[in-house]
Amino acid sequence: MSTVPADLKYTKSHEWVKSLADGTVEIGITDHAQHALGDLVFVEVPDAGRVVKAGEACAVVESVKAASDVYAPLSGEVTAGNPQLANEPEAVNTDAYSAWLMRLRPAPGALAAAALMSAADYEKFLAAEG
Amino acid sequence: MAFIPHTPEDVTAMLAAIGAKGIEDLFDEIPANLRVKSLAGIPEELNEMAIGRLMTERARADGAPLSFIGAGAYEHHIPAAVWAVTTRGEFYSAYTPYQAEASQGTLQVIYEFQSMIARLTGMQVANASMYDGASAMSEAALMAVRANRKSKSLTVLVPATVHPHYQQVAVASASNMGLKFVELPYCTETGVTLVQSLKKYDGQDVTALVVQQPNFFGRLEDVDALTDWAHARGIFVIAVVNPTSLALLKPPAQWGTRGADIAVGEGQPLGVPLSSGGPYFGFMTTRMEYVRQMPGRIVGRTLDVNGREGFTLTLQAREQHIRRARATSNICTNQGLLMTAATIYLSLMGPQGLARTAAASHARSRELIAALTRVPGVRVAFSGPCFHETVLVLDRPVVPVLKALAERGILGGLALGGYFPELGNALLVCATETKTAADIERYRSSLSDVMHAARAA
Repeated sequence: MSTVPADLKYTKSHEWVKSLADGTVEIGITDHAQHALGDLVFVEVPDAGRVVKAGEACAVVESVKAASDVYAPLSGEVTAGNPQLANEPEAVNTDAYSAWLMRLRPAPGALAAAALMSAADYEKFLAAEG
Repeated sequence: MAFIPHTPEDVTAMLAAIGAKGIEDLFDEIPANLRVKSLAGIPEELNEMAIGRLMTERARADGAPLSFIGAGAYEHHIPAAVWAVTTRGEFYSAYTPYQAEASQGTLQVIYEFQSMIARLTGMQVANASMYDGASAMSEAALMAVRANRKSKSLTVLVPATVHPHYQQVAVASASNMGLKFVELPYCTETGVTLVQSLKKYDGQDVTALVVQQPNFFGRLEDVDALTDWAHARGIFVIAVVNPTSLALLKPPAQWGTRGADIAVGEGQPLGVPLSSGGPYFGFMTTRMEYVRQMPGRIVGRTLDVNGREGFTLTLQAREQHIRRARATSNICTNQGLLMTAATIYLSLMGPQGLARTAAASHARSRELIAALTRVPGVRVAFSGPCFHETVLVLDRPVVPVLKALAERGILGGLALGGYFPELGNALLVCATETKTAADIERYRSSLSDVMHAARAA
C-alpha cells in the first residue's frame, strides 16, 4: 500500500505538489509512481530559469525497466532542480515525498487553475485505477 | 528460414481476432492518394544465378584501376583474416540480435569494438556504431542540441573544410528538426579554419562547433585553439575524425584544455573495402556525463546472478522501444557486420600496426605530392602539413585530365570545382600505404604525358 500524505496535492499523472511558505511549490513523483517504476537509475531535472506550461514534460525518471516523463502540474518558472538526484536517484525510491524533483514559482493564478487532487481524491483515483 | 513465419491460417486467425477483413484494413489510416500501387522504375526480381552474373559483369566493368581518390573513403590493406572471420556464420548478420542477451558472442564483439573506439579517440564511451560518418555527424549535432542545455539557438557552426557530403546530410536530416547549420569560411592560403574568423560569433548563442581533423582538404586544423574558443563560450565541440589518423594525431579527448564533447567519424578505413559508396559504418563517442543523450545501442559488461561475467544491452531507456517519440534517435540496429570487421581489423593491427599504417600513408602521400608537383603546371593549393591527402591546383581544367588518366587505368583524384569553385582547377589526391613507389611514378609519368599531350594538341 503506497503512502499518500494528507498535506500535499496530486495529479492524475502521479506528481505531488507541495506549497512552500515563500509562495513557490515543490514537485515530485508519488510513492505509487516510484513503486510502479521500480529502482530508479537516473533522474533528469530541469534547470532553474526554465519556464514551463502545465502539462509540459519537464523532467525524466528512468528505472531499470522504464523511462517516464514527469509533467509540470502547473505553469510557472523553475527556481531549482534538485541537485541531489544526479548522484542519488534512489532517493526517490527511499522517500518519494522528500526527494523533490523541482521547485517552481507558479505563474499568476496558475496554482488556483491547476487540476490538482486532494490526498483523499488521489487515493480514490488510485483505487479506481486498480 | 522463412523471413515471415506466419502461415495464411495464422494471418486469417489474427485478423479475425481484431475484427479486420484483410491486411489492407490495417493501412486505412494512410490516405489513398499517398499510397503507392506499384514501384515504377524498379525492375522485376532476378534469381540468384542471374543477379550473380549481372554483378560480376558490373564489377568487371570497373576494372582494377590504380586509385588515388580519398575524399572520405580510403583504400587500405585489409588482412585476409578480417573477412574470413567476419563472414563466419556466427557473425554473418547486419543486425544486433533481437534477443540480444542470448547472443553473448555478438555482444562481446560489440563491447570490444566500443572499447577499441573509445581507446582510439580517448573518449569515455562509444556506442555500437552508426550508419556512416556523415549520419554520425548529423546525429552528433542533434545530440549536442539535447546535451547543451544552456544553448537555446540550435545553431551549429560548420567549417567549409568539413566534408561537403557530411554537411549536406546534416542539413537534409536535421534542418527539419529546427537545427541551423552556419558555414564558416576557411583561409584560402592555408586551407584551414581560422580562429579569428569566429570572432563575429562572440556573444551569440551557439550550440555546437564541428571540427574535422584532418579536414576535407587533408590539412590539419588548429584543433586546440578551436576547441578552447568554443568551450570558453559554452559551445559544444563535435570532432569528426579519421580513425587511422588517430594512431598519429592527438585524440579528440585531448583537444584543447577540455577535449571534444562528442567525437564521430567514418569507420570504413578500418577493414572495410571501397565499394561504390558503401555499406560503410560510422562511430560515435562522448563523455560519460552525456551518455544518456547519445543515440544508438550500447553494450555493457556485467555479472549474472551467479557472479559470472556477461554482456548486455545497456542504457536502453534512451531507445525508441522504451522512450517512443522522445527517444534519442530511431537508430534501432547498426552496421553490425562492418563493425565486426573493424573490430577484427583493429585487433590484428594493434596500436603499432595502425600507427605504421598511418605513418606509411603519410609518407606515401608526401612522395606523391613531391612527384606530382614536379610536373610543370601542377602546384599544391595550401601550405602546411597534411595527413594523407592534399589539394593540388592544375594550370588547366581538371576533369579532362582525370578522364585521360582514367583511360590509362588511373583514378587521379577528386575534382573539387563543383564543391569549391573559388579554388580554380583544384584536385584532391590521396595516397595510402597501398601505393608503391612504382605506382606513384606511374601516376607522375602519366600525368606528365597527359598534360604534355594536352599542351601539344
